[in-house]
Amino acid sequence: MSTFDFPPSITSRPTYGTLEPRAGKFHLMIADAEGAEAILRLAEADPSLMGKSHIMYIPGETGDRFTAKLEALAPKQLYVGPSYTAAVPRLRRILQDAHMGLQVYLTGTEGLMGQAMLEATTAGIPHTAIQTEHRGSVARRMQCVHCKGITENVITDPFKCSHCGLNLFVRDHYSRRLAAFQAVCIDAEDPGNVPPSVELYT
Amino acid sequence: MSAGTTKLAVTVTEVTPVNELVTRFRFERTDGGLLPTFSGGAHTVVEMKDGDITRLNPYSLMSDPMDQSAYTISVRRDDEGRGGSLFMHQKVKPGDQMVISYPVNLFALDLRAKKHLMIAGGIGITPFLAQIKQLAATNGRFELHYACRNPALGSYVDELTAAHPNNVHVYFDDQKQAIDLENLLDGQPLGTHIYVCGPKGMIDWVCAKARDLGWPREAIHYEEFLAPQSGKPFEVKLAVSNKVITVGEHQSLLEAIEAAGVDAPYLCRGGACGQCETAVIGYDGKFLHHDHWLEDDEKASGKKIMPCVSRFEGKTLVLDR
Repeated sequence: MSTFDFPPSITSRPTYGTLEPRAGKFHLMIADAEGAEAILRLAEADPSLMGKSHIMYIPGETGDRFTAKLEALAPKQLYVGPSYTAAVPRLRRILQDAHMGLQVYLTGTEGLMGQAMLEATTAGIPHTAIQTEHRGSVARRMQCVHCKGITENVITDPFKCSHCGLNLFVRDHYSRRLAAFQAVCIDAEDPGNVPPSVELYT
Repeated sequence: MSAGTTKLAVTVTEVTPVNELVTRFRFERTDGGLLPTFSGGAHTVVEMKDGDITRLNPYSLMSDPMDQSAYTISVRRDDEGRGGSLFMHQKVKPGDQMVISYPVNLFALDLRAKKHLMIAGGIGITPFLAQIKQLAATNGRFELHYACRNPALGSYVDELTAAHPNNVHVYFDDQKQAIDLENLLDGQPLGTHIYVCGPKGMIDWVCAKARDLGWPREAIHYEEFLAPQSGKPFEVKLAVSNKVITVGEHQSLLEAIEAAGVDAPYLCRGGACGQCETAVIGYDGKFLHHDHWLEDDEKASGKKIMPCVSRFEGKTLVLDR
């Protein structure tokens, strides 16, 4: 199963729900990897949704495990892309042309949901009106608060900043503006005293 | 008195009939000073001393929010109402001194919106007059759809269409013109917020249609001032101040509490803001809830009442006030 129950944390930490069909004439679903499962379940809950849905899917490490199943849903439009970054121009164009009433569904990893959420809120959709469902990896998109560099897919705590090389502690403190969690130097006062790295949520 | 907001002593400097039903009033500070600026959509509570009766009615401010020299309001005459609008129309003359409250805004523009879509019905146009002045000053993007009965009763139609010919759309009921709501809502770009002010039927129609079309709750704003309804007189015991009061036929429960010298909180006096929420200690009878603040289960619980608009029928009512 691709779901994970995040333990309760600080208010800043995003929480995720379960995608539900909503009223609307146009539906935009953005998913990566195991997020496809949430879309399959959504389509099952309301088969009429697919005729008015645009699905953007980034399979990542799941390869073609889900693509045929998504195709079989016969959505109005299906895009399968190599990376989120590659999908951004298309996403921006969709949002630019979209009208009020558009329903946005985000599912998959936190990094994908956070970044797509940022695009959707920038386009004018209130963040509380966007549905999310976490699926798959619990890796995070982290910002080093010292050099401001972003490290994607962080799965261990502490980790080394991919930009400045500091040893960073993974915080639950999240920025919607950056679509990233904050990472803070763990050995600032006693350089070199770094606890062993452990995988997140183990 | 701590209830409500700070008061302003003002002088009526102009009384201008707008049409058969609507009259505009201009207030300037009696001490000659500047009035506070406000934000479009704000209202002021006007105190009307009519013989022994004091009425406090909220009216939307329609003047330019940045104009500190004067406030203006427009009052529609309601011959069937409790008398507040008739008092304004018949008794208030230029030179009169009155007391109004500081502006309070329960219908503000959400400035995160990329576009403001305003839908007005009849006298519901007044908050939009101030909002449009605010937006015009900041180059805000807006569109007004204004339904009124006929050209003669269309308050400020000419002024609006002259100033904003491309943004203002007027619909006259008598000419069978109606807002094509579904198409209007469907065509709005992402980031549009809706604002509705007008009769209850119109507000419900717009809100329901927007919800059906998948508009986010956060993008739908409405303002409906409920005038307190008249009803059978009833008796209330105020437990904290240890008083028994009678609420008259044309008096609201809040007004009766105030008339007894009890300092009760309020802000909008129209069942919207929640400020006057009062705990019920005991009752034997039936509540007539008229507000849209309390949730249905709270209304059914018999534990809370909004004294600004709601009433009671029955033997006893004891309030925590």
